[in-house]
Amino acid sequence: MFDIATFISRAIVQSIPLLYGCTGETISEKSGSLNLGIPGVMYVGGISGVIGSFLYEQSTDGELNTFLAIIIPLLACLLGSLLMGLLFSFLTITLRANQNVVGLAMTTFGVGFGNFFGGSLIKLTGSDVPSLALSRTSHCFAKQLPFADDLGWFGKIFFSYGFLAYAGIAVAIITSYILKRTRIGLHIRAIGENPATADAAGININKYKYISVCAGCMIAGLGGLYYVMDYASGVWSNDAFGDRGWLAIALVIFTIWRPNIAIFASMLFGGLYILYLFVPTGGNMAVKELYKMLPYIVTIIVLIITGMRNKRENQPPESLGLPYFREER
Amino acid sequence: MENKIPAVSMRGITKTFGSSVIANKDVDLDIYRGEVLSLLGENGSGKTTLMNMLSGIYYPDSGQIMIDGKPVTISSPREAFDYGIGMIHQHFKLVDVFTAAENIVLGLDSEEVPEQAAANESEEALDAEGGRKTKKKKRSKLNLKKASERIRQICDEYGFDVDPKQKIYNMSVSQKQTVEIVKALYRGAEILILDEPTAVLTPQEADKLFAVLRNMREDGKAIVIITHKLHEVESISDRVAILRKGEFIGQLITKETNAQEMTNMMVGREVALNIDRPEPLFSSPRLKIDGLTVRSSDGVLKLDDVSFTANSGEILGIAGISGCGQKELLEAIAGLQPVEKGTIKYIADDGTASDIVGKDPTEISAMGVALSFVPEDRLGMGLVGTMDLADNMMLRSFRKGKSLFTDRKTPRELAEKVVDELEINTESISTPVRKLSGGNVQKVLVGREIASAPTVLLSAYVVRGLDINSSYTIYDLLNQQKQKGVAVVYVGEDLDVLLELCDRIMVLCDGKVSGIVDGRTADKNGIGMMMTSLHQVPEGEEGINRNPERRSRR
Amino acid sequence: MNEKESKSNEMTSVSENKNKTNHENREPLLHITRRSEMEWKKAWLIRLAAILASLIVCAIAVTLATGLDPISVYGSMFDGAFGSSRKTWILGKETALLLCVALALTPAFKMKFWNLGGEGQIMIGALVTAACMICLGNTLPEPVLMIVMFAGAVGAGAIWAGIPAFFKAKWNTNETLFTLMMNYVAIQLVAFFVIVWEVPKGSGKIGIINQSTMAGWIPSIGGEKYLFMILVVVIVTIGMYVYLKYSKHGYEISVVGESRNTARYVGIKVDKVIIRTLLLSGGLCGLTGWLMVSASDHTITTTLAGGRGFLGVMVAWLAQFNPAAMVASSLLLAFMSRGASEISTHFQLNQSFGDIITGIVLFFIIGCEFFINYKVHVRKTGKESEADV
Repeated sequence: MFDIATFISRAIVQSIPLLYGCTGETISEKSGSLNLGIPGVMYVGGISGVIGSFLYEQSTDGELNTFLAIIIPLLACLLGSLLMGLLFSFLTITLRANQNVVGLAMTTFGVGFGNFFGGSLIKLTGSDVPSLALSRTSHCFAKQLPFADDLGWFGKIFFSYGFLAYAGIAVAIITSYILKRTRIGLHIRAIGENPATADAAGININKYKYISVCAGCMIAGLGGLYYVMDYASGVWSNDAFGDRGWLAIALVIFTIWRPNIAIFASMLFGGLYILYLFVPTGGNMAVKELYKMLPYIVTIIVLIITGMRNKRENQPPESLGLPYFREER
Repeated sequence: MENKIPAVSMRGITKTFGSSVIANKDVDLDIYRGEVLSLLGENGSGKTTLMNMLSGIYYPDSGQIMIDGKPVTISSPREAFDYGIGMIHQHFKLVDVFTAAENIVLGLDSEEVPEQAAANESEEALDAEGGRKTKKKKRSKLNLKKASERIRQICDEYGFDVDPKQKIYNMSVSQKQTVEIVKALYRGAEILILDEPTAVLTPQEADKLFAVLRNMREDGKAIVIITHKLHEVESISDRVAILRKGEFIGQLITKETNAQEMTNMMVGREVALNIDRPEPLFSSPRLKIDGLTVRSSDGVLKLDDVSFTANSGEILGIAGISGCGQKELLEAIAGLQPVEKGTIKYIADDGTASDIVGKDPTEISAMGVALSFVPEDRLGMGLVGTMDLADNMMLRSFRKGKSLFTDRKTPRELAEKVVDELEINTESISTPVRKLSGGNVQKVLVGREIASAPTVLLSAYVVRGLDINSSYTIYDLLNQQKQKGVAVVYVGEDLDVLLELCDRIMVLCDGKVSGIVDGRTADKNGIGMMMTSLHQVPEGEEGINRNPERRSRR
Repeated sequence: MNEKESKSNEMTSVSENKNKTNHENREPLLHITRRSEMEWKKAWLIRLAAILASLIVCAIAVTLATGLDPISVYGSMFDGAFGSSRKTWILGKETALLLCVALALTPAFKMKFWNLGGEGQIMIGALVTAACMICLGNTLPEPVLMIVMFAGAVGAGAIWAGIPAFFKAKWNTNETLFTLMMNYVAIQLVAFFVIVWEVPKGSGKIGIINQSTMAGWIPSIGGEKYLFMILVVVIVTIGMYVYLKYSKHGYEISVVGESRNTARYVGIKVDKVIIRTLLLSGGLCGLTGWLMVSASDHTITTTLAGGRGFLGVMVAWLAQFNPAAMVASSLLLAFMSRGASEISTHFQLNQSFGDIITGIVLFFIIGCEFFINYKVHVRKTGKESEADV
């Protein structure tokens, strides 16, 4: 039986990590930095939150203080992703290294970092299963709105999520507004389009690029945190986050660099991502694997279509991926 | 004028690039309000570099800049704005996907009218959001409506026409230039520097620009025009300062001088611009172009029904304001530009004609047409900057032979030969060409193109950016080719050179042929007028032949 | 004009270049200029120094994270790579596979085509190989089977790279993400067929294919299972070196990579070169997949490629796309991963520790390129000095 309310709410839950990743990557790309390290950053964001909450849970025996249980992993996650952002910025902006190469190396590093510390914590707890459960912290994160259960399917679709889900949507809307309507956004976009012009207009290129990349990484890192604490109910198991980071990057193109569109696009992707669970295949497990291809195939089709239509506003930032060195104008 | 305090004075300005290139050496210059100053000099004489130091792009190695008599440091474009200096660069600094208004407010902190003040806070603290906080100016919310109002106000005041909501990529060159000027004025520029502003304009647009500049001069602004065109100096400026090889040579009051004096000062010696022009020897039709029509990829008509013949053993000059279809014409002949209509017939020695329209460069050469092309964009099209001389020689020849592998020996020998014959200044033939100076890069390109023994040689702005000596080497090379019986097509911008070098000159205007004249008898004014308008072909003027091939317009 | 051209040579950095005499307080500490060219010896010395520095940082990281003595950790890494003849052969196999992927990706990268789809191209090659072994293993005579497997794998890899190349050439579709997405499509295809062919039913695994008949298995040479694979990769290395350096195709690839306008100007058909090069690139990735299934693993799983498609990018880039230097960089990365896997078992650390160390080493090598390409002048001391890493 295809339960549409469950499907939508699961799709939305799936969409939130993608939304965070996509919003973060959009900020970064708008300033001209193609950060292929986002998958790694999201891992680091997730595991940093896990480490923070693990330490806190270990130090408290009884009831957790809700505020601390949220703020400690949150800050740990932001710090972890900020450090990754600084690493990317330093290598690509200050040292002018190739963004693709740095991004790939960061993904290797980030995934390894997550799995190593995840694995180490799992070993520390002496658990039998290869995962680490932080259910007490997760309980704080995943608390749904109080009236969700009273409203039936309506409550399920709109109110049944933890606060990070709503925060993700808010961040996307705010980012959209900042990029489009504010002076800072104007400056960031100018740098991504034409750094030489922005430079001549007196904008501090490096500073804005650092800020955009780091802010982008921190937002993306929250996606990792949401995944562990809310989606996975506080259970960290290695490699579970999967390829969501790459999908988030693809989503940026899908949404033509607009985080407000990303809110719905990520839900669509979230839906495609879990469609296989809802499609009746009569116990044919193999076909389910084919359904899992859907998000990737849709991305490819979107890539082709965006490449074909030539509207100027829908093109990637013109200097995306290129380092800027004032002397090489 | 002497008793006034200069708006800007530069004293002892020196700027070097790297260890060897001296761009400016000990330059003194004064700029006054209510005056238009021409900064005159050859290519590479350091005019742009000098002005870039005023606009905060470069920082001088030594020397002092004073604004209204007070010593200042200008270390960024932003500080230049604060001092009221605005520069309109030759290559516009505009973001294509932004609107005019967004471009104009870019980098500013508020839409308020800037206070004209020597804001000296160069170490302004930057707040966390990346904004700039100064003691005087507060950041305010971006308000494009308010900005648009001020833009309209400025436009009304000086007679510009700018739509603040229009995107830059939808604008013509002259509109973009207007946006740049409005941008400078919006920032409260009192001192306006324009780098070769007329290079991309039609004469009408240039006249309009000059009218606006005069307007601003009356308004008490100081205006500097960087140029190497003498007639512009004469028509707009009050005073002219001349630079040569980075040094300040002297200044003249425009009214009291003449073109010859300025030229001599600019070049540094008595210049007799005498270029050889041997009589054509075996002249016969080589390329016959008929009704050629070309559109750019975005649908703009670039060439409209162009017909002419290029003869072997002569140099056919092509004159016109830049962007009138010269590039498209050469690229269409070379097989790089899709042709909408028309024919390009190549006539071989035995008189057989073959149409080369719709063929790509490989197919054209496979037809036995030895066509060489020196494009305008040397390092972006003619050569590969990161490859060495030998590998660049190979670009034309690597396909020869059936072998899967490239022949490395012949190009090396060719490179040695070209370096030797054209006296190219390079460490070795293994040096990447981007490391060579402009003149040497051009010699490599021209050397390679003539090495393939062409029967047609197309050249676009071959002497652009070269000093007088290199230019003369190139003229000699072209003449040698002509005497070998090559049909040379020379697209140039300097009318004096065209008149001295070319046997015939075809004038293009807006993608149409406005006439073909005899280079020996034509005069500059006549050509100038043909460049401007199709229908003002001066009749009865001496030496003007109506284009013989040009049939009635279809 | 002249100013512009002289800029590309070497000149002073603008923002950081301040007047020395007048404005002491504004003078920046660092001043950066582009180097004209560095001697290759010096450049490799810098890279070596970067690797050494990264190993020191890794040692510190090891001690901090695990409390182990770094010397013994490195010792056991070395042991893991070269400790026995079996271990050395495995290292050789890993190096060969990595090198093969890197070589495959190189022509595409030289053309500035970011083929991040090595992973998928390997998988699809491996899938076709496995399919041949399973479906045709008992029907075709061995030599025919071998040829079909080889051709199928190379062809499949070529198609997998050719699709994004076609769209890049025709509509300039973003190839980075296209090839990336093709990876997942390939992985899901493999997942599908793994379930279709699973042995025994319900296990979710294929297991060793044709264990009894050994149909489609590359025979070992002189008793060494991996020797054949290494020899193949040696041939590919030499071939690629010659192809890029001396062939007309190689020359065309360089021209297209540097400037498409120039390529068009001399009559190179850019679309054709893009598609042709990617067919080659994908074909070689397919060949890697064939080697993995037929000569080494004799089975297929969704994690068969194991990130080699991405590591290959690193190997190629670290070697500056020079096939000879890639032998060294692939050896380095294979050593890191073999060594890391040894220390994980030896010290009961997590397998992923290797990724962290690899990451750190990569960051250092990537970072050190800056010091090869740019010169840093420290102004304070009055003399020019250069910092290393």
